[in-house]
Amino acid sequence: MTALSKARPGRVVAWTLLFLGGIVMVTPILFMFSTSLKDSSQVFDLRLVPAEPTLDNYRTILEDGRFLRWFLNSLFIAVLATVSNVFFDGLVGYTLAKFRFPGRRLVFLAILSTLMIPTEMLVIPWYLMASRFGWLDSYWGIVFPGLMTAFGTFLMRQFFETVPDDFLEAARIDGLNEFTIWWKVAMPLVTPALSALAIFTFLGNWTAFIWPLIVSTRAEMFTLPVGLSSFSVEQSVAWEMIMTGAAIATLPTLLVFLVLQRFIVRGVMLAGLKG
Amino acid sequence: MATIALEKLVKRYGPATIVQGIDLSVAEGEFVVLVGPSGCGKSTTLRMIAGLEDASEGVIRIDGRVVNQVEPKGRNIAMVFQNYAIYPHVTVAENIGFGLYTSKLPKAEKQARIQEVARSLGLEALLDRRPAQLSGGQRQRVAIGRAMVRNPSAFLFDEPLSNLDAQLRGQMRIEIKRLHQKLGATSVFVTHDQVEAMTMADRIVVMREGRILQIGAPMELYERPVDVFTARFIGSPTMNLLPGALASRDGADGVALEDGDAFVRPPIALVGNRAGGGGPKVLLGVRPHDLLLKAAPDSAAFTLSGTVAVVETLGTETLVHVDIGRRSVVGLAPGRIVPSPGQRVTLAADPAALHLFDAATERAFPRPLLQQP
Repeated sequence: MTALSKARPGRVVAWTLLFLGGIVMVTPILFMFSTSLKDSSQVFDLRLVPAEPTLDNYRTILEDGRFLRWFLNSLFIAVLATVSNVFFDGLVGYTLAKFRFPGRRLVFLAILSTLMIPTEMLVIPWYLMASRFGWLDSYWGIVFPGLMTAFGTFLMRQFFETVPDDFLEAARIDGLNEFTIWWKVAMPLVTPALSALAIFTFLGNWTAFIWPLIVSTRAEMFTLPVGLSSFSVEQSVAWEMIMTGAAIATLPTLLVFLVLQRFIVRGVMLAGLKG
Repeated sequence: MATIALEKLVKRYGPATIVQGIDLSVAEGEFVVLVGPSGCGKSTTLRMIAGLEDASEGVIRIDGRVVNQVEPKGRNIAMVFQNYAIYPHVTVAENIGFGLYTSKLPKAEKQARIQEVARSLGLEALLDRRPAQLSGGQRQRVAIGRAMVRNPSAFLFDEPLSNLDAQLRGQMRIEIKRLHQKLGATSVFVTHDQVEAMTMADRIVVMREGRILQIGAPMELYERPVDVFTARFIGSPTMNLLPGALASRDGADGVALEDGDAFVRPPIALVGNRAGGGGPKVLLGVRPHDLLLKAAPDSAAFTLSGTVAVVETLGTETLVHVDIGRRSVVGLAPGRIVPSPGQRVTLAADPAALHLFDAATERAFPRPLLQQP
């Protein structure tokens, strides 16, 4: 038997499994778009292509000023968290990878150990802290727990470990100070990791739900996921509106994924994580 | 240009002492090569001069000033690294310009300096390229350019040619040497390659296990190695070493070799008071280039006879590996004489070209004595 004919049955099985997996992944997204094009009377009509497609839901939601506000809130928070993570996780990761100081391993282990604590356990101390400092219903209150992450620090440390010391020493001899070496020499050398971190952070904050729901009570401070969930309270589950909002909310993440796909794949591979 | 002086320099990493109290002074404009096997402390010494490692003990002076506590940027030295250390994310011009990052020069003058350095290294046409678009030799030139652009008082080279192929390495050796002759810059060059050391150095420093074994001009090291290690490390092919013992035969003092019945009569002055039956063990050294294939050697010559095992034809000469007893020695067949494997041959050397080492201490018997009859 040739290698080709040996491989063929395995390939058929693999493609079939991938195809089925693809259907499972894509169907809810298709139904989301489909439902967003239906009026409330057709929501439970499970046809994928609506009988009478309409853009009314989009019109309604975009004319409602709150949606735009939530969208901008989410965008602001996701961008702020992304910039902050790239900067601070990069700085800490670099320090842990490239400087020898007493307690270095301990600090790294302490940071890593926070990865084991689930968010649900942290929200109560976060809330108490936000409440004590008067950060409830503020952007700062929503964003502060995510300004730096243990995952980002870990990812950046692993990457900086791979940067040859010669680059940094050459810069040291050229007279650059340590901050400039990090910013001008080390950071550009880990661009793939920075891209991956930026994408993960942006998507994580764009879709964050529990903490923004807890910390914000006024509608104008809602992020998009929190705002969308409010449809199910105020209008006795307006599925078509939820799906329309979700469809709009998905667009930036789809866009980010399509543009930066190769960085995401590389980032996932390098971080040794499953997507 | 600067002088560099190391006084009782020590470097320890935990319990391990990597550099064990070395003394060295490099004169203004001198090209000194630190050579030795991996782990001998040569790179660590260079890094201490650069300020990238702190000295555990001892003093480092650059131009007479003690610089132990001075940051690398304050030492006004430039360093060329083994991996070039040129930044992949910026162009050749920007890479060279990094050397002027902290300089207060006006921008136009910085540009002029970059252009000037690029011209002197033949990089003008490549200034807008990224390092990924350059060959190994061009990258190395960019690294040298970045070092040159600041007009440093000394250049430090940390095995800069070891990543290049043999042909390019030969070219770059000449380029660096030419550059040194032009700039007259004090240079310390680290390598494990004795050919680089021999061809480039004004003086060579042979290091082993954190100590300096010998310092001298290339020919001085070649002709008067102080011990077995230096004798074998310097010179290619490696010096032949034949074990033997000081002995007397027919009323004459000499060295009886362990293999075969060869008896060498080196100078009496050397062995007179040591000779006797079963005298001290020695190693008789002879360089392959002094051990020539001869059909009819002089009667005074030191000769070895054996069977040709392997022949290495190099064009201008032929290296002949000859089995003598249990050992193999390398000799030279001059010109176009190419013996065949299995052939019985005689190799001969002028006794004045022989080296003699104490087998126990591995130290050399001084050669001037050896040459006195």
